[in-house]
Amino acid sequence: MVKLESKVPEGNLAEKWTNHKFNMKLINPANKRKYDIIVIGTGLAGASAAATFGELGYKVKVFTYHDSPRRAHSIAAQGGINAAKNYQNDGDSVYRLFYDTIKGGDYRSREANTYRLAEVSNNIIDQCVAQGVPFAREYGGTLANRSFGGAQVSRTFYARGETGQQLLLGAYGSLNRQIKNGNVKIYPRREMLDLVIVDGRAQGIIVRNLITGELEKYSAQAVVLGTGGYSNVFYLSTNAMNSNATAAWRAHKRGALFANPCYTQIHPTCLPVHGELQSKLVLMSESLRNDGRIWVPKKKGDTRNPNDIPEDERDYYLERKYPAFGNLVPRDVASRNAKYVCDEGRGVGGGRAVYLDFSEAFERIGKEGVKDKYGNLFDMYQNITGVDPYKEPMQIYPAPHYTMGGLWVDYNLMSNIPGLFVIGEANFSDHGANRLGASALMQGLADGYFVIPYTIGNYFGTEKPEKVDTDRPEFKAAEDNVKDGINKLLSINGSQTVDSLHKKLGQILIDKVGMSRSEKGLNEAIKQIRELRDEFWNDVKVVGTGKELNQTLERAGRVADFLELGELMAVDALNRNESCGAHFREEYQTEEGEALRNDEDYSYVAAWEYIKPGEWELNKENLEFEFVKLATRSYK
Amino acid sequence: MANNHLHLTLKIWRQESPEAKGYFEEFKEEVSPDASILEMLDDLNNRLEAEGKRPVAFESDCREGICGTCGIVINGHPHGSLPKTATCQLHMRNFNDGETIYLEPFRAAAFPIIKDLIVDRSKFDNIQQAGGYVSFNTGSAPDANSIPISKDIADLALDAAECIGCGACVAACKNSSAMLFVSAKVSQFAVLPQGQPERYERVHEMVMAMDESGFGSCTNTYACEAECPKGISVSNIARMNREFLKAEIKIPKLEVKLR
Ligand SMILES: Cc1cc2nc3c(=O)[nH]c(=O)nc-3n(C[C@H](O)[C@H](O)[C@H](O)COP(=O)(O)OP(=O)(O)OC[C@H]3O[C@@H](n4cnc5c(N)ncnc54)[C@H](O)[C@@H]3O)c2cc1C
Ligand code: SF4
Ligand code: FES
Repeated sequence: MVKLESKVPEGNLAEKWTNHKFNMKLINPANKRKYDIIVIGTGLAGASAAATFGELGYKVKVFTYHDSPRRAHSIAAQGGINAAKNYQNDGDSVYRLFYDTIKGGDYRSREANTYRLAEVSNNIIDQCVAQGVPFAREYGGTLANRSFGGAQVSRTFYARGETGQQLLLGAYGSLNRQIKNGNVKIYPRREMLDLVIVDGRAQGIIVRNLITGELEKYSAQAVVLGTGGYSNVFYLSTNAMNSNATAAWRAHKRGALFANPCYTQIHPTCLPVHGELQSKLVLMSESLRNDGRIWVPKKKGDTRNPNDIPEDERDYYLERKYPAFGNLVPRDVASRNAKYVCDEGRGVGGGRAVYLDFSEAFERIGKEGVKDKYGNLFDMYQNITGVDPYKEPMQIYPAPHYTMGGLWVDYNLMSNIPGLFVIGEANFSDHGANRLGASALMQGLADGYFVIPYTIGNYFGTEKPEKVDTDRPEFKAAEDNVKDGINKLLSINGSQTVDSLHKKLGQILIDKVGMSRSEKGLNEAIKQIRELRDEFWNDVKVVGTGKELNQTLERAGRVADFLELGELMAVDALNRNESCGAHFREEYQTEEGEALRNDEDYSYVAAWEYIKPGEWELNKENLEFEFVKLATRSYK
Repeated sequence: MANNHLHLTLKIWRQESPEAKGYFEEFKEEVSPDASILEMLDDLNNRLEAEGKRPVAFESDCREGICGTCGIVINGHPHGSLPKTATCQLHMRNFNDGETIYLEPFRAAAFPIIKDLIVDRSKFDNIQQAGGYVSFNTGSAPDANSIPISKDIADLALDAAECIGCGACVAACKNSSAMLFVSAKVSQFAVLPQGQPERYERVHEMVMAMDESGFGSCTNTYACEAECPKGISVSNIARMNREFLKAEIKIPKLEVKLR
């Protein structure tokens, strides 16, 4: 058992962070130079943290498996970033953003973390504008906003459909400035494969140089993981091809608790699966739900061209069931309902897709107006499907997209291993059981620019970790551990490719640990994943050697970790005998088919401790709600 | 089901290491027109791996045309001949049954080949490190709406800022010039108010870094714009040339250096 202390500061919700900042230890500028920090990841979270550490005067080493920090998966975020600026004067406030986020997460997040996220959201927009991020503007020169799911105010800032790109390039610029002035050193094309713990503290990492295959050892006084989410455990997801859980998982195997792994988000507006060679699913930004209306034919198996289906034979099911939020219900609600209508046989042509129709918007703001807002998304749709969405409604279907679960962290974003911090999508902290659109970018940048730069200083000031040498036996042991793993993968020489085994895992997970889960299905999934894991370790074929650029070997290591994580997702989903947010257990639903929470028994964070492959111990952090009243989510 | 698959001959550049001699290897591939060209290579690689052969090394990540990781010269065109499309977005329906397709790495002296279709584009990062930012410390920003920026200017800046750093412009250019890439960043900040304080130092530093990196000079052939997957305009190059001229006049008088 691990003692979980959330370290939430005392005081009123609105004062906690301010008080905490005042009470935390500071490091004087001259002493900051004496502290080395390792940052893994150059996405929004990692790049913003590393740049800010550099500005403060810390000595920073940054690692990424990409060839350049600018390639991190954050670059692909399309829709936007939330902030409580209330520039539209539509009644927004820090409290409302906080409230929407905690409600959207179905009351399964830590109140104080979520509040802090909303509190610093405004600083993020100021920061990014000052960096020269070209956000969308009104004709008068002020910043423009759009609305996103789960909110009734317009608080999302955006740059066409390329918000993530522009924010990441902003952070990349700040990082580059620190690289130039020597405070940050960048190590691209390196994959972290183990965490080194010395006297109970995180003090280093083992990485593989992806060009030469050499293993390298690095030490520091703190290690920060900003390594992203694990949606690729499903094989097909909206994440970039290389996104993976290995850094987080290897830290987990060294003792870091993994929290709420079953909270995985299936995004409602993605392109449907179209072929067996398909390598990833493409997201159409949910901002499209602002102007697009979702419908299916009322009749089952209707194969008519959508333009030939008259208005009164269409079912705008979200508008019908949830009149208050309509097409802007949160993602989990939208996804589940798409699944239901398709299960009923009312999907497009009886298959697994629903329509997203812009004809009403074309009439209201014209095709040009739509093009101005979503032009690149429309182009992308046409490019991929070969169908012109200006002429025929788009077809969409839900796809795995974001993982709310992740390594457990306290209010300071530190895991249960002292000195190991986790930021961005890799941690579990702010979104509870479901994340609202446009709040992942917000969280990544909040963590990196405005939270961890303070809390890491407090760790140094109170714990005073020493510098350690990479000659120590702990480094050698970790390096040997990595070497053994690699040699094992290379020596099996079985008959199945890494991808084909990964596909099998994805199929089990999407069927049984996806949008809808049951006790029976979860038990089956656990059994099948264990069998598949054995199959992998006996029959995988990894060609080439460890001493060269070997992409098959890279993927093999990641899939090996997914095969363990996938089981834990099912174990967690089975443990949670309730439905909340994106976690929907068929046994726990209202008569109307809505998620039925059980606050009495499950108002806790499930933080799993690794014992051995296939065995975990559950640790619970009870969620205390001092300020919000738990209520059944209603978007009707 | 009726099989509308394409039957193709692929001639793919193979090169074990930076020093090794490269050659074209031929493969036969049958593929659905709905697959992307990289999905076709995934399929080929899976087959090669199953046979215990070395798969073709190529890079990609987002597969949505935004991260800039992918990049193959397809039948002589970086990212293929479909305009404004990155390699990962190119679908096989754009090819004909029976066609032979040549796949090669982005070639340029400043982009050494690492393996097969993978090249080293780290020089691009070096140029950005030289000055592709606004010098400004976290936490010191004024309210975002205190700097009004007209929609036209914001749009112009974003048009330039959309560059994905793929390097197709360099591969397309007979001189291997990086002018389009560098000018995109210079332009973004030259038109925005936030970029003004360091306007001239920035262009000076970035152009110096570009020259030191071994990219060639620009002779206005505009091959870069034609192959750029994001449609970055050559007007950015003209702007950078003007900015650079002004900078060279002003810089000796300026004491501030880019930090
Ligand atoms: C298609 C798409 C669209 C999205 N749109 C939006 C949106 O509009 N708004 C919104 O708020 N959110 C959006 N999201 C979610 C959001 O983009 C992500 O949650 C967020 O960008 C994650 O940022 P990050 O910094 O935590 O991780 P990432 O950006 O995933 O970065 C991870 C980094 O870690 C590195 N890394 C990982 N493992 C290792 C290792 N073992 N060794 C070395 N390096 C490693 C990687 O190289 C990379 O640099 C979207 C997501 C997707 C998939
Ligand atoms: S200018 Fe165009 S071709 Fe050149 S790097 Fe940028 S996006 Fe690629
Ligand atoms: S893989 Fe990202 S641009 Fe092609």
